[in-house]
Amino acid sequence: MLKAEIRITLKKAVSDPQGLTIKRALESLGYQDLEDVRIGKFVVIRLRCKDINSAQEQIDGMCKKLLANPIIEEYQFKIEEEGRTA
Amino acid sequence: MKFGVVVFPGSNCDQDCYYVVSNVLRQQVRYIWHKDTELGGVDCIILPGGFSYGDYLRTGAVARFSPVMKSIIDFAQKGGLVIGICNGFQILLEAGLLPGAMLRNTNLHFICKYVYIKTYNHKTPFTCLCKNGQVLKIPIAHNEGNYYIDNLSLEELKRNNQIVFRYCSSDAEVSADFNPNGSLDNIAGIVNKKGNVLGMMPHPERSAEKILYSEDGLNIFKSIIKWLDKK
Repeated sequence: MLKAEIRITLKKAVSDPQGLTIKRALESLGYQDLEDVRIGKFVVIRLRCKDINSAQEQIDGMCKKLLANPIIEEYQFKIEEEGRTA
Repeated sequence: MKFGVVVFPGSNCDQDCYYVVSNVLRQQVRYIWHKDTELGGVDCIILPGGFSYGDYLRTGAVARFSPVMKSIIDFAQKGGLVIGICNGFQILLEAGLLPGAMLRNTNLHFICKYVYIKTYNHKTPFTCLCKNGQVLKIPIAHNEGNYYIDNLSLEELKRNNQIVFRYCSSDAEVSADFNPNGSLDNIAGIVNKKGNVLGMMPHPERSAEKILYSEDGLNIFKSIIKWLDKK
């Protein structure tokens, strides 16, 4: 089993209303050193697949077709073998 | 004239659209279930507002893969009239039938109120009964209506006269003060290049009878009927 962790964030050029609000909230708590706050999505997909190359291809396809919207978002992912559970 | 109102799981303005077309405008209308692949010979497709698939992932992101969408894309590519209202607009964006994308409203609120929009293109099938610059009072009800597109594509929209509506004041002033959601360039509605697909965030079906304090939404539906009549 392989586990893919996908991180989707708004592109730098796109304003992030949630991030801005969270930044203001953190500042009101006294954190004054914040340059920027960005909110994103974190998707975990477990694949019944052994071949990392094939998994990478599949996950990339999923991101392009559905998980991320290329107009406003960018994505990164890592894939690793899932540790066996006892 | 025959209208088709598409129903996705989570659509909630489908009955309002159906009612306006059938009871207010006395036109033929049928529901089209999202799993249908036949559009049943309709002249105009309405993608209604709501929360298709619970707005999961992104608004409209899942609905665009419904079986019916393939037929709707074919229909639109052949010049058929398609109007997407609110979530319908979001679906059209995700499906690539219209350019751009929606972000959260800048104030992070779900905004439900009457707004004014100014008509910038009165030569589309959806606005042919409007005067140029006409101000319409139509309500919005959304959480993601903050329209975004990159600068180059925005210039292209302007060049092709694809921006149909902008948020404005009651006396037609277009400025940030009258932008409810942070939408780029106050954009409230756009058409595709060919002009046969319209997406708009305000709900014309909610302002189609006197009792609702505005009948301005009728301009949109009546324009469609007039346009189709001429054909």
